Amino acid sequence: MVGDGMLFSKNKKRSRENRAFFLFLAPSFLGVLIFVVMPFLDVFKRSFTTAITGQFRGVENYKIIFTNQAFHLAVKNTLYFTAVCIPLLVVTGFLIALPLSRLKNAGTIKSFYLFPLAMPVATIVMVWKMLFYRQGFLNLALTSLGEWTGLWGEIHTDYLGTGAAFWVLVCSYVWKNTGYTVVLWLAGILGIPTEILDAAKVDGAGSFQRVWYVVLPNLKGSLYTIVILSFLNSFKIYREAYLVAGSYPHQSIYLLQHLFNNWFVNLEFDKMAAAAICTGGFLFVVIILLQKVWDKDEG
Amino acid sequence: MKDKKERAAYKYKLSGNVQDSLTAIVLLIPALFTVLPIILLLTGSVMDQYELKGYLNSIFTDGLEFISWKLMPDYPTFENYGKLLFFSPQFFVLFWNSIKMVAWILAGQLLMGVPAAWAFAVYKVRGSRFLFAFYVVLMLLPFQVTMLSSYLVLDRLSLLNTQPAVILPAVFSTFPVFLCYGGFRSIPEQLYEAARIDGAGEGFIFLKIGLPLGKSGILSALVLGFLEYWNMVEQPMAFLEDKALWPLSLYLPEITWARAGYAFCASIITLIPAVFVFVMGQDYLEQGIIYSGLKE
Repeated sequence: MVGDGMLFSKNKKRSRENRAFFLFLAPSFLGVLIFVVMPFLDVFKRSFTTAITGQFRGVENYKIIFTNQAFHLAVKNTLYFTAVCIPLLVVTGFLIALPLSRLKNAGTIKSFYLFPLAMPVATIVMVWKMLFYRQGFLNLALTSLGEWTGLWGEIHTDYLGTGAAFWVLVCSYVWKNTGYTVVLWLAGILGIPTEILDAAKVDGAGSFQRVWYVVLPNLKGSLYTIVILSFLNSFKIYREAYLVAGSYPHQSIYLLQHLFNNWFVNLEFDKMAAAAICTGGFLFVVIILLQKVWDKDEG
Repeated sequence: MKDKKERAAYKYKLSGNVQDSLTAIVLLIPALFTVLPIILLLTGSVMDQYELKGYLNSIFTDGLEFISWKLMPDYPTFENYGKLLFFSPQFFVLFWNSIKMVAWILAGQLLMGVPAAWAFAVYKVRGSRFLFAFYVVLMLLPFQVTMLSSYLVLDRLSLLNTQPAVILPAVFSTFPVFLCYGGFRSIPEQLYEAARIDGAGEGFIFLKIGLPLGKSGILSALVLGFLEYWNMVEQPMAFLEDKALWPLSLYLPEITWARAGYAFCASIITLIPAVFVFVMGQDYLEQGIIYSGLKE
């Protein structure tokens, strides 16, 4: 009898939980279905049809994008950008966060690093141009350095119109996202129990050894999150690239985002659909793989 | 004896302090670089137009002389601000566009996202973990991947070239759900279990326990959301053709060098709300960043 009653109340509790879960989630989930999932299925369908007439044409669209030179260039640049930026950002963030974690009043310094997050890209476009154009501040500084040391003469590189544009983008990405990364690293570092560090100290580990053998292995979780979030934020560099250099910038910074936008403007939805499916699928696989590695590490 | 010990302790403390200050100074040098652009904008915005033209001369003439600048303008003036605030109604329209869109997006995100985050944080029903993972994947997809799908649905709803075209897809972004989830997870489970035993309904628990105790997640989502959407570029560019509907973030780069003083002022005014939110909400911003890094 008693057992029956408990079973009954457990079922009742479960059905009540199910109902509450459903009711709380429903508005958001419906919106996601209407605005993301259903249209994405439509995009999937369209990736196998022609842009205007909508006739089925098999994997033709995929063949087209994979032989498309613009697509090759954009994929190559985007991958290269990510491969340069993410390690650079992760290391920079760590090198700042580590000494910062030992300071008592780190707040002010942290604010300085976080501040670029608050600056809308549009407001710094002018500053970027003043810094990096042919007669800009960077060339002014380099030229005076050259005069001072007598090693080189005047420099008039146009950083935005040459291959150097890539490095300008890298710098602005690091400039913008260092604060974000520092906060994440700090949270990780401050989360390490002090007992472990003290124990290592007692055992005679120097400060470098403590960082290498104690701090770093304890930060694997932080590393995965930082990599994923940096990756996510790296796509937003398009704002700088577009606002500074327009739809067709120097080919060293022609990114996937430019390509999508130009296809969009030219109504080439067939290519866009196929490329969206490929990029989405690729990202999905990367995220799942990273999560697998992460779970294995923790388990 | 005691004296010596004290002195040694003092010396140790002193050397610690010196080391701390040194670290602080070294860390501050690159940090100053991050605020340099602001100083440039500020000085530019209070410069007289002739002085400004002189410094930026090489941009106009394509000459070989370098750009120059003064941190303290020779003829400081608020003329540019006056022009912008009193004689450019167009600027107000765009400013208002930005405010309106950001406000609607954030309100919508709260209305949709907060209950969803609560559902994921509190009810461990079958399938909830899978759905949550799905939300996380959606949150990580960049705009370009979902651009065509958003376009298709907006086209079908005939919303293209209206501001809801920018607002609605953003309302259903899953990023705020993730941040609020972080805040709700920090509430001890026993608290709402106890309320349940006392006979409280699920809605009551959400309103009276969830919202007040999970507000750090919600505020984080608001702060990060404001900074993100105040800075919106891709969405209005793709879905708004009519420039009168644009937000400031898309309009600013359209101002030409010929009106540099005006552009500097407009930048500063665009910056003010973002800086205000940043200063007021820095704790929540940091909290939000930490929540965004939580793994479930």
